[in-house]
Parts: sequence; C-alpha cells; structure tokens
Amino acid sequence: MAINRTLLGCAGAALALSVGLGGFGSAALAAKDELVIGAVQFPGTFHPSIDAMATKSYILGTARRPFTTFDQDWKLICLLCTELPSLEKGTAVEVTRPDGTRAIDATFTIQPGATWGDGKPLTTRDVLFTWEVGRHPLSGVTNAQLFSKDIVGITAVDDKTFTVHWDKYRCSYDSINDLLVLPEHLERPVFEADPAQYRNRTLYDTDRTNPGLYFGPYRISRVESGAYVVLEPNPTWWGDKPGFKRIVVRTIENTSAMEANLLSGEVDYVAGEVGLSIEQALAFEKRHGQRFKVVYQPGLFFEHIDLNLDNGILADVRVRRALLSAIDRDAISRQLFGGKQPVAHTGVNPLDRFYSEDFTRYPFDPAAAVKLLEEAGWTELRGGIRHDAAGRRLSLEFQSTAGNRTRELVQQVLQEQWRKVGVEVRINNQPARVLFGETMRERKFPAMAMFAWLSAPENIPRTILHSTMIPTPENGFSGQNYVGFRDAETDRIIDDLEVTCGEAEARPLWTRLQQIYAEQLPALPLYFRSDSYIMPPWLDGVRPTGHQYPSTLWIEQWRSK
Amino acid sequence: MLRFVSVRLFEALVVLLIMSFLIYGLIGLMPGDPIDLMINADPNLTAADAARLRELYGLDQPIWERYLNWLSAALQGDLGYSRLFSRPVPEVLAPRLANTLLLLGISFALSLAIAIPLGVFAARRPYGAADTAINLACFAGISVPPFWLALLFIILFAVVLGVLPAGGMAPVGGTGGLWERLPYLVMPVATLTLVSVGGYTRFVRAAVIEQLRQDYIRTARAKGVPERSVVWRHALRNAMIPVVTIVALGFGTLFSGALVTETMFAYLGMGKLIYDSILGNDYNIALVGLLLATLMTLAGNLLADLGYAALDPRITFTETRT
Repeated sequence: MAINRTLLGCAGAALALSVGLGGFGSAALAAKDELVIGAVQFPGTFHPSIDAMATKSYILGTARRPFTTFDQDWKLICLLCTELPSLEKGTAVEVTRPDGTRAIDATFTIQPGATWGDGKPLTTRDVLFTWEVGRHPLSGVTNAQLFSKDIVGITAVDDKTFTVHWDKYRCSYDSINDLLVLPEHLERPVFEADPAQYRNRTLYDTDRTNPGLYFGPYRISRVESGAYVVLEPNPTWWGDKPGFKRIVVRTIENTSAMEANLLSGEVDYVAGEVGLSIEQALAFEKRHGQRFKVVYQPGLFFEHIDLNLDNGILADVRVRRALLSAIDRDAISRQLFGGKQPVAHTGVNPLDRFYSEDFTRYPFDPAAAVKLLEEAGWTELRGGIRHDAAGRRLSLEFQSTAGNRTRELVQQVLQEQWRKVGVEVRINNQPARVLFGETMRERKFPAMAMFAWLSAPENIPRTILHSTMIPTPENGFSGQNYVGFRDAETDRIIDDLEVTCGEAEARPLWTRLQQIYAEQLPALPLYFRSDSYIMPPWLDGVRPTGHQYPSTLWIEQWRSK
Repeated sequence: MLRFVSVRLFEALVVLLIMSFLIYGLIGLMPGDPIDLMINADPNLTAADAARLRELYGLDQPIWERYLNWLSAALQGDLGYSRLFSRPVPEVLAPRLANTLLLLGISFALSLAIAIPLGVFAARRPYGAADTAINLACFAGISVPPFWLALLFIILFAVVLGVLPAGGMAPVGGTGGLWERLPYLVMPVATLTLVSVGGYTRFVRAAVIEQLRQDYIRTARAKGVPERSVVWRHALRNAMIPVVTIVALGFGTLFSGALVTETMFAYLGMGKLIYDSILGNDYNIALVGLLLATLMTLAGNLLADLGYAALDPRITFTETRT
C-alpha cells in the first residue's frame, strides 16, 4: 500500500505541476507588436561574408542592407546606395586598363543617412576596409572571387561616394550585391591583430549584440546559440519606422514540432526561405489552412535531372527527348504539389525578364517518346524493356538525394512513367553529402541525377553549361558542368552575354540559349520549386522574393493589421 | 582500490586516444567536406574560392596530418573551433552537456524512482492481476516511439490545453534560471521517463523474483525476519547488482538516447549537437562530443564496478594470492 500511495503522490504532483503552470500557453502568445518567426536552421556565423547560409541571410536581412539587390519583381535596385550607376548618366564609364583590357568603372553613393547602430556614419572607409578583408587570402571570406579578381580596385571619391574598378567590361557592373560592408571602426583591430584568425574572432561571432555591427531597421539584441535570435528596432535606422517592437527568430528543426508551435501560437510565422517544404505546407494548409494565410512563391530553385552525356545511351539526343516526352510533368505538378510548382521547360524561370516563349516544348506524349526511341534503335521489347539490335538493354541508373521525401516520390512516379515506354530505371540514391561531395563533383554518376540549382535572376549559366566548366581530374574537378555539355555556340553565347549589356541586344542571345537548351536537353527540366510561407492573418506587408535574396530586406514594411 | 582506479583511468586514456584516431579517420573518410557544403549553400562560390578555402581550413592535408595537428593542439588545451557555430569547442559543448545532464539526470532519477518500487511491487505478486497490468504498461512504454510520444504531449499539453510550452529551453529573453526552465523540462522529461521506465521496471522485477527464490531468502523468512525487510533489505540489495550494471552502462548511450527528444522539443542538448556535427563535417565538435560519450561509457563501467563493491562487500578489488 505504501508503494501505491507513493505512485499516487507522484501522479498528483505531476498533475499539480501541470495545473500550476497553466496559463503559460496564454502568456507565451505573442502580442501583435512582437513577431515570432520559425526557422529550421540556426546560423553558424553572423559575419555577412563568411559561410553563406539561408537563415543567416534571412536574419541579417533585418539588420543590414546590401548596396544593391534584386527586388520582389526581380529587378536590380539600390538599397544602401542612392542610385544604380549607368553608362547613360556617366556614373559608369568604359575604360582601358594599362594592359589594354577593356574594362568598366562604376560609381556608387552611400545613402546619406546610413549610420551604424552605435551612431558612427557608414562611409567609404568601411567600403575600403571590406574590400581589404575580402581580398586577404587568409580572412576566410567565402566569395573571394569578387574581391580579389572581379574587382581590381576601389577608389574613395569622398566620404559617401566610391568607384568600383571592374577587371573587365561586364554588363553586371551596376551590381555589387555581395559586397557586404563591414564596420571599419570595430572590425579593423580584430582583423589586423591576426588576419588568419579573423574568421574565428570577428565581432560578429564574439560580440554579436554590439549595436555597431548593424545598420538595418532592426539590430540583433540577444542570441541564444541554436535556439533563437532577438531583434529590436535600431534607433539609428534612416528609413521607415519598423512595425514591430521585437522580432524573434526561433529555431525548431523538427517540422512536426514546428507545426505544433504554430498551432499553439508560440510561433507566428514560418518563413518560406527557412521553413517548411512545399508538401509539408500543403498538408498543413489542408488541415489548418483556415487559421493561417499560406502563400506559395515559385522561385529560382530549378529542379531538374542532369544527364551524363558521356553515357552511350544518353549521348543520343533522341533518347533524351524521348525521356522528357514520356514524363507527365503537369500531372506531377498537379498531383504532388497542388499545382503550386510550375513546370520548367528550360533553366530560365518565366519570371525572369529574359525568359523566352520561342523554344521547343515537350508535352507529355508517350507515343512520340516511343517513336523517338525506335528511331534511336531501341526497337525490341523484351519483358517490357527495350533493347537495341546489339541486345543492349535500355536501362539507366537514376540518383538523387537519399532521405528527401519529395524527390524520392517524384523518382517513383518517373520510374513508372518511363517503364511504360520501355525504359528501365534503377534508383540508387545517396546521402546529399556523398552525391554532391563526390558523385556529381567528380562526374561519377553513370546516367541521371536529380537535384536543384539555385541562382539569382538573370544568372548567366557559365558554370553549368560552358565547356570549360566540365570537372576533370586535371582542373581539380572545378566547374559545375556535371553533364559534360560541349557546344561551341553555347560557349560563344555565354561569352557574349557577359559583355552585351543592352536589353534589346542581350534578348536574342538569351532566346537562342534557351532554344539550344531545349533542343539539346543536357538536362531534363522538371519544375521550379516554390517556397511556402505560413503567415498569421494579421501579418501584412510580407512580399516573398522567389530568389536567393530574402524578403526581410524589406522588413520595415511588415505590419500587424 | 586506489590501484584499481588508477589502472582503469590509464586504460581509459589509452582507449580515448585510440577512439580519437578512429573517429577522426572515419569522419575524414566520409565523402564531401565542409567546403562542399558551402558550395551547395552558396551559388556565388567559385571553384577557385573552394580551393582557397580548402587550403585555408587545412582540408587539403592528409587525414593523419590533420589528426596530428589536432592532437598536438588538444594536448596543449586547444580543442579548436566549431565550424557550425564559429565558437571555441568548449564554449559550444559545455552548455549543451549541462543541458543534457540536467534533462537526463531528472528523467533518470524519476525513472528509477518509479521503476524500483513498481518492479518490486510486481515481483511480489508474480503473474497476478497487478503484475500483468504492470507488465502490459511496461511493454507499452518500451514499444512506443519517443517521437510519437513527444508529439502527443506537444499536441495535448501545448496545442489543446495550452498549459506547457511546445518546445525550447527557457522563455525568450529570460535569465535561463532553473525555475524558468521548469515548464520547458516537463514534457521532455516525461517523454524520456516514460520510454525508459518500462525497461527498468521489467529488469527490477526479474531480478527481485530471482532473488526471492534464493535459499538465503527462505532462511531469512524461516528466522522470522519481517517480509518488508526480506524484500527491501535482502532481496532488493542483491537484485540491484545487475540493475546497477544496466544503469551504469546506459551512461554511454545517454547522448544518442536523447537525440529524438531533444529534436522534437528544440532542446539544446548533446545528442542533437553530435548528430549535427557529424552531418555538417564539424570535425572538432564531433570528435570531442564522441570522446565525451566514450568517456561516459568508461566512467559508467568504473562506477558499476565500484557499485558492486558497495552493494556486495564480498566483491573486492585487492589482489589475492591463492
């Protein structure tokens, strides 16, 4: 009996604790002047130029501004500068470098009110310091290509105006999206103390709440590593007054737990850039959509299947066309993704200004696929699988990222659709780190590999399609032309696009590039992935971008209705 | 005894050294490295950038050279930086370890506090109605997946009733004191307790039944020792020897055991940290974290041995000549 009493006592205590803690849930409900955003990852560093990560870009979007970026309409705009440089206005000038290279200089002016959170004005000294850090080989800055090769010099005109000297004539002279300015007055002593240790000792990681590190509408006021980041309005912000007194970005890695947090009101908003995948959002919307506003933003994630063009079967363009004709991409988009992920026909997104309608499309047509396969010599059906005259079996290995439920589902659908036209597909998936770390990088995939490319608008696909970008042991496996695409016309167009700046002159080149892609099919285009945003009905002003630059760059426009 | 402990500590050091080499080697042998992860995350990263970063991080060196560099620095007290957190390893690990020990310590104590009396209660009435009911409950507890139980708790107590936070460690902006953390500990502790109490109860039950069949128990009863003393002083004391083994060996699996619970409740513990560090090629964290797990297993073994001696005075660690 004593034991029974003990047990009852324990249960009673547990119940009392639960009841005693009652009301917690209501206390935790966010007031409307606070916004709690759920994210599935926590940033490793808060340094803007070391290690790119979606969650970091998302958080820093509230606390800093790039000089230039693409807006929600995929148009290049100034955020930290006053006006984009232009050849017409004379703020960009074509020059000849001493070695005879044709190049370009572009002049930018910093927003007059731009001030670091500690009250120090943001000046060209900061820009010069940023360039100095960026080009130092030991600083650990990720995108050093920009600082040490693309930009050959920066000249300060005055405190607020500077000129960027590009290495060559390039149409993207007006874009310095990734020149992310650092506070010279705070970071210089750290950098100069030991450039090789700078990446570990930057104040962005050792003194993350220092107001002087930020100059956006909000500044980071508290960080609990792995758990949350608190953002508070920055008193020195020069733009529109932000709408929330506090923004919290909470990390919840498990998506089921994330849904529960949304439902319990502990998280108000799950951002598309750093949140749930589309099928999770669709399922959530089905169950709880009436309580939330769910927005799907098609974006620049180009989901496709890379084809190894050195594979004897896939080297024949007729087989590649047959494979695409045998896929019902509309049905996949409709059935699996509720029609929220638009079918892709080339790597250029229809939202991109250089998208063309003038290229070959491959609607779902199994009969056409069969005809193409037969023309290619795959005529004999044995056990439902095609064979050629030499008795070779039409069998292809199909790889993707193991554990990615969406891709694995799509693979099964594709396998079935291809089987119907006599193509055998063997699925052999690998963990992402193996697939991208070795298999793709060293071109070890025997036939087909499904994954996505992420890019900025108007991205010239040099690394993906130019023949010099095929990874080989000789070039240390550099480049991302994993398919092994070699086409002289494509190479020429890519080279020309980089120096053909007028929209009217560039458009025919872009159109031809899309035509070649559709004709040659170095990869099978599937669909453009969408980001899914689950918002509370009272949140207003959020405009997803659909590209790599986050919606938080306009966070001062977010309001509670 | 002192000699025994010294020898075991020396053995532990050797094991740790071997383990560190094996773990470093295994992580290094996995395809892909941190720079590949960066390339996947950053469309602007060029091949030249990747090559420069690989050299900067020392990833172009052979594994054994990297290991020797790490070992040399570690022996001088420098455990390196976490790549995923951009912080020195001890700064990342220490709070996570404390969080896990707090979570597991409470659930561990609770599990034993429930399992021991429950196991004894069932052992005293074997195959009766109460025993059957306890067995059924134990099997249910053992069988239920922790993630499902955690989700059930979250839906019930956070979503439907709204009496407990759905996850996290402490209120945003709070001081992080124990009182503040209490509401956040209730559900993870309950989940871990419920999934482990069944196993412990079954084990205690079986051990006590075994002891109650022994001659010395019959003798004690014949001598007129009260039944309460027979069970709690005599039988349970001996039954605890195998229980101590199970409990002590469980130390090493603490981190991995809490992984699911920590993930579901966004609880910042060691299990999740080690898992993420392996996936993210965060060599320094993975290495030290796994070595800590090894150390816990070794410490558990040592504690088990010492526990035997405390429970059974016949067990001794002094050498005897025969």
